[in-house]
Amino acid sequence: MSGDILDVVAGIPFWVAVLRIATPLIFGTLGVLLCERAGVLNLGIEGIMVVGAFTGWFAVYQGATLWSGVGVAAIAGAALGLLHAVLTVPLGLSQHVSGLGVTLFGTSLAAYAYRVLLPRVTTPPTIEPFAPMTSLGVPLLSTQTPLTLLALALVPLLAYALNRTPAGLAVRMVGENPGAAEGQGIDVIAVRMWTVVAGSALMGVAGAFLTLSAFNAFFFNMVNGRGWICVALVVFASWRPGKALAGALLFAAFDALQLRLQQTSGAKLPYQIYLMLPYALSILALVVMARRAAYPQALMKPYRKGER
Amino acid sequence: MRLEARAEVSRTLQVAAPFAAIAVTLVVCSLLVAWSGAPVGGAYRLLLEGAAGSTFAISETLTRATPLIITGLAVTVAFRAKLYNIGAEGQLYAGALAAVGVANAGLSLPTAVVFPLVVAAAMAAGALLLIGPALLKTRFHVDEVVTTLLLNFIALLFVSMMLDGPMKDPMAMGWPQSVAIPEELELGKLAERSRVHSGLLIALALAVVVWIVDRFTAFGFEMRAVGANARAAAFAGLPVQAVVLKTALLSGALAGLAGAIEVMGRAGYVTLDMSPGYGYSGIVIAMLAQLNPLGVVAAAIFVAGILVGADSMSRAIAVPTYIADVIVAASLIAMLVASMLARYRIRFK
Amino acid sequence: MGITKRFGALVANDSISLELARGEVLALLGENGAGKSTLVSILFGHYVADEGTITAFGEPLAPGDPAAALAAGIGMVHQHFTLADNLTVLDNILIGTEPLWQPFSRRRAARAKVRETAARFGLAVETRRKVSELSVGERQRVEILKALYRGARALILDEPTAVLTPQESRDLFATLRQLVAEGLSIIFISHKLDEVLAVSDRIAVLRHGRLVALRAVAGATKAELAELMVGRKVVMPTRERGALGAPVLQVRGVHARDAHGGVLLDDVDVSVRSGEIVAIAGVAGNGQHALAQLLSGTLAPDRGTVELLGRRLSATPRDWVAARVARVPEDRHAIGVIGDLTVWENAISEHLRTAAFTRAGFVRRSASRMHANSIVHRFDVRLSGIDVPARSLSGGNMQKLILGRALSVGASATPTLIVADHPTWGLDIGALAYVHQCLLDAASAGAAVLLISEDLDEIFALADAIAVMFHGRLSEARPAKTWTLSEIGLAMAGGGEAGSDEVTRAA
Repeated sequence: MSGDILDVVAGIPFWVAVLRIATPLIFGTLGVLLCERAGVLNLGIEGIMVVGAFTGWFAVYQGATLWSGVGVAAIAGAALGLLHAVLTVPLGLSQHVSGLGVTLFGTSLAAYAYRVLLPRVTTPPTIEPFAPMTSLGVPLLSTQTPLTLLALALVPLLAYALNRTPAGLAVRMVGENPGAAEGQGIDVIAVRMWTVVAGSALMGVAGAFLTLSAFNAFFFNMVNGRGWICVALVVFASWRPGKALAGALLFAAFDALQLRLQQTSGAKLPYQIYLMLPYALSILALVVMARRAAYPQALMKPYRKGER
Repeated sequence: MRLEARAEVSRTLQVAAPFAAIAVTLVVCSLLVAWSGAPVGGAYRLLLEGAAGSTFAISETLTRATPLIITGLAVTVAFRAKLYNIGAEGQLYAGALAAVGVANAGLSLPTAVVFPLVVAAAMAAGALLLIGPALLKTRFHVDEVVTTLLLNFIALLFVSMMLDGPMKDPMAMGWPQSVAIPEELELGKLAERSRVHSGLLIALALAVVVWIVDRFTAFGFEMRAVGANARAAAFAGLPVQAVVLKTALLSGALAGLAGAIEVMGRAGYVTLDMSPGYGYSGIVIAMLAQLNPLGVVAAAIFVAGILVGADSMSRAIAVPTYIADVIVAASLIAMLVASMLARYRIRFK
Repeated sequence: MGITKRFGALVANDSISLELARGEVLALLGENGAGKSTLVSILFGHYVADEGTITAFGEPLAPGDPAAALAAGIGMVHQHFTLADNLTVLDNILIGTEPLWQPFSRRRAARAKVRETAARFGLAVETRRKVSELSVGERQRVEILKALYRGARALILDEPTAVLTPQESRDLFATLRQLVAEGLSIIFISHKLDEVLAVSDRIAVLRHGRLVALRAVAGATKAELAELMVGRKVVMPTRERGALGAPVLQVRGVHARDAHGGVLLDDVDVSVRSGEIVAIAGVAGNGQHALAQLLSGTLAPDRGTVELLGRRLSATPRDWVAARVARVPEDRHAIGVIGDLTVWENAISEHLRTAAFTRAGFVRRSASRMHANSIVHRFDVRLSGIDVPARSLSGGNMQKLILGRALSVGASATPTLIVADHPTWGLDIGALAYVHQCLLDAASAGAAVLLISEDLDEIFALADAIAVMFHGRLSEARPAKTWTLSEIGLAMAGGGEAGSDEVTRAA
């Protein structure tokens, strides 16, 4: 068995799969990370990813270019993010329940729209997805699609933005002590809302990757809990982009491993056991990191200006 | 723009809130109906007829409402103590599976003994599924929302595994469904030619019981106190961790019971699609009822009506059934806003 | 000019008009709740006034916008520091000073400017350290630097000495004199008469939201100011020292650590006798909270013993309540009552699972309501009914409810021990006098009273013996008569027995 594992891990095809599996997780985790650094828990990610997957795919199905599809998905994600932002930031409603509402709403809205726009299809129609970047010539990356490259580039970019720009400092400050930010002339409500919208756009792109790159059609249940896994990964990453990348890759590695093991070790264990592993692993990640969580201090505390 | 707390929260506003939320939701969703090309007025009329327009319609609504009342109660109990149980879906399936398992375990005992055993097994299964996340919350401060959510997926995969293997119905010709509940354990029908079963009476009774516990018992007091302010409750000497865990047991047990009652009353056997999101709808119901156990009954009937009505409507005109899920989700969001408006005034300055 | 601010039915500021001259120190004096903080918050833009205008340096100031206030040269040092613990000193100073659309941050230049500003005003800080690692005095310096970095020409300080030792306060005043020498104008809020007389040029006295007096420092006396603050001569309860009985509470050699291994309590010994009032003085944050938790049954010591009437009590609130210990917590809103529950439910919360209030799992409503009514009646709690949520009570009434609940252990018997943690914080003078009377009456009836307080006036008014807390260590409890004000100040800062092994930090 361990020989099997070593064989699998040593091969390039394994790491190709890892990068592919990790891409939506990277986008999604960075999106949640951004929202949480500003102090807002965004549990709408699952629904936003579904909406992103659907809108991106549908745009391409209607003739848009692939990158336009990605753009549409980002905008759709941002729109749902705006809904969540309005509910949680100026109105100060429960971030948990609002997020769940957005997830339920997004998921059901996407299903409804699909049925309205494509009333008589039985098998999901396909589109031409992103092609691998064979022109790059770099062994591992040339098998990946452009969105993966974007995800990898986004990690250092976001880290720089958070840590070295005034906007990033504002985001971090409103997540730690909004009163302090306010006292220094920062509009806390605006910063939080913009950040949630931006993070949600990333989540939309995560969904688009599924329909425009990993697969080529939209299925119900295609997101399948990836959004929740991203939420767990953010805790595991201690809210830092670099660690988020590491976490996503680690998780993707386990996922790819269980896929290969399923195929190679025959019918020893029911396939459901293998499918359970990603979720179980996420719970484990949460438990391991919860004890040492250095979370943004104003996370989940609504900010009410001028309230006695 | 800022929020100003109202000096006095009037009862009327609080009672009106869910109705206002539903009204706004229906208006907003009428846009979606219009988008599908169907006439809005006609569509909503068909929805209403499908939900309550005939005895059959009402019976269908009540049948659907039965598990929703119980999951709504499960979520209400948990949310009261600020335990966010999003895992009611998985707990429901676990309860259903346990019920079928124990019922077919070949126990040669009289029905009067097996019946309560089956029910107890279902409740235990649901409770067990929630106790893990609850312990993680009290001991390690792990947010229970994500853990209960992830467990839903694990629970469903487990059920799938059981249905493919040990609990498969050999006579179902390859279709993944479980062995059926023996007939003597089935819940009796309340009315001829309808699917309404005595599970409804159990659900209603449970609503009353939960209400009594919440309002009149010391445990209910403790649950509310811990949910309102855990630190102050601890200072006063209330056993906060124990209360949270007991609440988890109760909530999980109720969700498991919902599964058992579905199996024993409506479905007859466990399938992977026996619950179209009853666990998640339970959350909407709990919020619409403003965490009041008696209000849960009304809210559950409302949600059931929407689901049944949309089914019937979609057969008549070309509005996809998913409109029901959209309406339910939108009413959750609308209810959040409405209950906030009942307690705060918005000032634009 | 003419600033009026209302919060619902509460008029916090009523037509207040003030002027601040250049290079002047104006003190805002008043009791808790007089409206001082509200006024300066309006000035700085945290709140918007309902009526009135503000003119700063000749230009009208846009209301409700801290950015506008900062741009106009007004800076504020808040009472509860507005600093992000997880970020560095530089981050905290830099936030808001650079435009948000800028894709880079001039950190090196900023660091240099911070150092230059710090040197000019005599405030030393290390920019790379995280705020969570700083002492209270250092944090305040960062707060001040935030304003000076942005070129403040007028500085508002809200109760700056509330968290400082006497030594640190002296250093702060030196800094203020330096600021004034450089041409800044200062508004200084305090309710401590000595400070106000020592530091300011003019004094504005606020009472119940109104400006009642504006005096130059020369010729103002403490007595005059006190009377202006309070509005009448207040008769404080006097103490007849009765005979003291046997030791009731004995704490010996208690050590306690927090979750991160930091020391909370270090070899603490204290004992209180029946009929005695022992007061624990000290600047906030030196272990008083832990001591209160220890004596409320919510903190277990790592070492040492806590005995009540010779019996060791476990660290569960239930045990302590059952042993007839009356506990008055520091934060009445967050810990003292459960806001969403009704008044009668809060009245019985500590005794819920006793036969008096629970039978067969059900709450005995009529018995509970009777108990609540009795408390409300005996302790003069003003409310519209016992079915309202507890959070709707005013601070004074809430405290009376808490006190009444704590003191009503079993009919009208006196509790064995009363643990009162800052019992009069935030109360007006009338409620304060009432609370003091309750404590004195209980002591006369034989209760042992342990009072934790930062208010030296209160301590000297009530205590038989005083001990001082510093860095988790408790000094010996000496009779109140033997302490002088400067000795207490010294002990609070770490000199003297309590901190004899410590080197007093140069603030």
